[in-house]
Amino acid sequence: MILESIFAGFGGQGVMLMGQLLAYSGMYEGKNTTYVPSYGPEMRGGTANCSVVVSDELIGSPVISEPSIVVAMNRPSMEKFEAIIKPGGVLFYNSSLIDVKPKRTDIKVVAIAANEIATELGNSRVANMVVIGAILKSTGIVNIETVMKVLQEKVLTGKKKDLVGVNRAAIEKGMSLV
Amino acid sequence: MEKIFGRPEALQDRVLSYCPGCTHGIIHRLVAEVIDELKVREKTIAVAPVGCAVTAYNFFNCDCQQAAHGRAPAVATAIKRVLPDRVVFTYQGDGDLASIGTAEIIHAANRGEQFTVIFVNNAIYGMTGGQMAPTTLPGQKTTTSPYGRDVKTAGYPIKMTEMLNTLEAPLFLARVSVHDPKNVNKAKEAIKKAFEAQIQGKGFAMVEVLSTCSTNWGMTPVEALKWLENNMIPQFPLGIVRDQEGGAR
Amino acid sequence: MADRVMMKGNEAIAEGAIRAGCHYFFGYPITPQNEVPEYMAKRLPEIGGTFIQAESEVSAINMVYGAAGAGARAMTSSSSPGVSLKMEGISYIAGAELPCVIVNVSRGGPGLGGLAPSQSDYFQATKGGGHGDYRLIVLAPASVQEIIDLMYEGFVTADKYRNPVMILADGILGQMMEPVTLSEVKDLQIPPKPWATTGMINGKPQSIINSLGLAYEDLEKINIRLQKKYQEIAAHEIRFQEEETADAELIIVAYGTSARVAKTAMIKAKAQGKKVGLFRPISLWPFPSQRIQELAQAGKRFLVVEMSAGQMVEDVKLAVNGKTTVDFYGKLNGTIPSVIDVNNAIIKCFASQGVA
Repeated sequence: MILESIFAGFGGQGVMLMGQLLAYSGMYEGKNTTYVPSYGPEMRGGTANCSVVVSDELIGSPVISEPSIVVAMNRPSMEKFEAIIKPGGVLFYNSSLIDVKPKRTDIKVVAIAANEIATELGNSRVANMVVIGAILKSTGIVNIETVMKVLQEKVLTGKKKDLVGVNRAAIEKGMSLV
Repeated sequence: MEKIFGRPEALQDRVLSYCPGCTHGIIHRLVAEVIDELKVREKTIAVAPVGCAVTAYNFFNCDCQQAAHGRAPAVATAIKRVLPDRVVFTYQGDGDLASIGTAEIIHAANRGEQFTVIFVNNAIYGMTGGQMAPTTLPGQKTTTSPYGRDVKTAGYPIKMTEMLNTLEAPLFLARVSVHDPKNVNKAKEAIKKAFEAQIQGKGFAMVEVLSTCSTNWGMTPVEALKWLENNMIPQFPLGIVRDQEGGAR
Repeated sequence: MADRVMMKGNEAIAEGAIRAGCHYFFGYPITPQNEVPEYMAKRLPEIGGTFIQAESEVSAINMVYGAAGAGARAMTSSSSPGVSLKMEGISYIAGAELPCVIVNVSRGGPGLGGLAPSQSDYFQATKGGGHGDYRLIVLAPASVQEIIDLMYEGFVTADKYRNPVMILADGILGQMMEPVTLSEVKDLQIPPKPWATTGMINGKPQSIINSLGLAYEDLEKINIRLQKKYQEIAAHEIRFQEEETADAELIIVAYGTSARVAKTAMIKAKAQGKKVGLFRPISLWPFPSQRIQELAQAGKRFLVVEMSAGQMVEDVKLAVNGKTTVDFYGKLNGTIPSVIDVNNAIIKCFASQGVA
């Protein structure tokens, strides 16, 4: 099994974290993973994106030309990456911030009102985790418990420990949407 | 018969490659005498420049590295960091230190690197054949300032010692001359202080030594010594510019 | 025991060096390799090492000269424009025969260029860059794990031949994260260095670190000795990896990130029924010419893929020496070849070379 994914959004939406979370979870489950961030001036505002491959086999290209999934957290990201999704692939898009519909008909489209859901859950910053939940359910690439383990060991440490609950709730909510 | 004068152990028994009358020989000897007196020859590492002193490793009787033009302070920085209990010094001319190597000397001094710099200023490029140096005097004729250094287009002589004195870190900064016996003795005192500062782990020290280049100045050695006294010293005043006994300020 | 941890390529450069016994790092900030000095600045003081942020790349490489001359395992890292600045120092280091490692996490040029990954420094790395008849041993990793492994091999090889080693990576390799296995290094293989300037203590004869040969005959002798050493290196330090070359009609030749892309393109082409293999030079100098020659004599054709206008392709052509065809697919600075691009290039080769 191989998952080739691109996560894109503007700075502050936690898209790099989503990619890293998936890459680490893949590693925790003994798979091969690669994570390539966009880097340079684009880090400072504008869109940020990262490419993540999770595979049972050794990974060739870490650079993805035909992603099997794309996560678009804002409109410029959807406009940039919708066209290159592999036929039959999945586009997860943040319908809270994207007011147009994807055009492709040969891919599966999952609209998630990530910001609204996160606000309802009481923490607007977990919008990205809602989308992670949808990816987990839709692809089955890694287990939620692995993701929670990575979150607790690498992200929600120290003072952020209190946020474990709301992050799990966000992921579970996302899983229930697909 | 009692031997009262001889070659310092820190100098090799070789004929120097410098021109007759050149004061590099005196400065080499002063450095060697100081190294002997401080009993540090075996743990001294010299860094030779590019310029007339490029083969200084043939004359100093200690381990030596020859550095790219101007880079001796960077090379010395690393040697001293790798071997902090050794004594490291650079021996650089004015083209090397005050022109191509300005960045290296300023930043090594600013980091307070614990090595000693012997900066030989003779106001001209010797090895390449008498071109204008950053320390060439206003109006001084060289092969690349054939009408005399025009300060309007070629700027003024750079006073490196004073420039380094604007930095916080250096411990000891002095300018000396070797044009007569009295000044040779003073020069040796300053060089000794600069090495002592390093040995005591106190900080960066540089001694600028005004020197002659009779060949490229087009003078006899005696005339050159007079010229140094009459022309260079007014431009480059002698003295200890900084001496911070207690360590860097 | 070996740990499997996630690491960024740039961090692997630093950690790999530290595990290889390198405790002296001298550098200057430049994207996309900044995590190397940042990692070193944090880690080296913890283990009694030295990190200096030099005033320039010029100064950094000369600090490497001083430290290596004093007997330490030392390194610097930079990216293309910064590596250009280091070329003077690299030539001196090669001339003075000092062992050290120089890392180039390359980006596009010429000039200030861009930040995107690139392989357009191949000529600079393998054919000189600085002045004089010298050679760098150039190693090109293609994964984060291989970065760790080659940092160690790089220091060992540098010491073995008293020669500078360059690790030629690119922005993707520097920035990407992959799981790596950090095995414990038991044998650092640091040979004694009696030539180092450590002082004339206990009767050690004078050591001189120097690249000067003022007398013509002296300089010729120095160069003859250097060339002999380079022949020795060329005979013993060739590294490459072959995949599926045995029954291949077309062999893609690529290194670094391009080789990773080429591998996926190869898998795709095989699924399309094409007999394709991959030849990945790991040592770019010495270049694995002899093996390429053997493959050419066996009738294989070649497609060279690079992130440049075509640099390594010249070495492949020299090795093939007209025996078969050598095609080229290159992406110019600022862009990365995609799997689709390379796959299309493979298909085109089969069409134009008449390989069914």
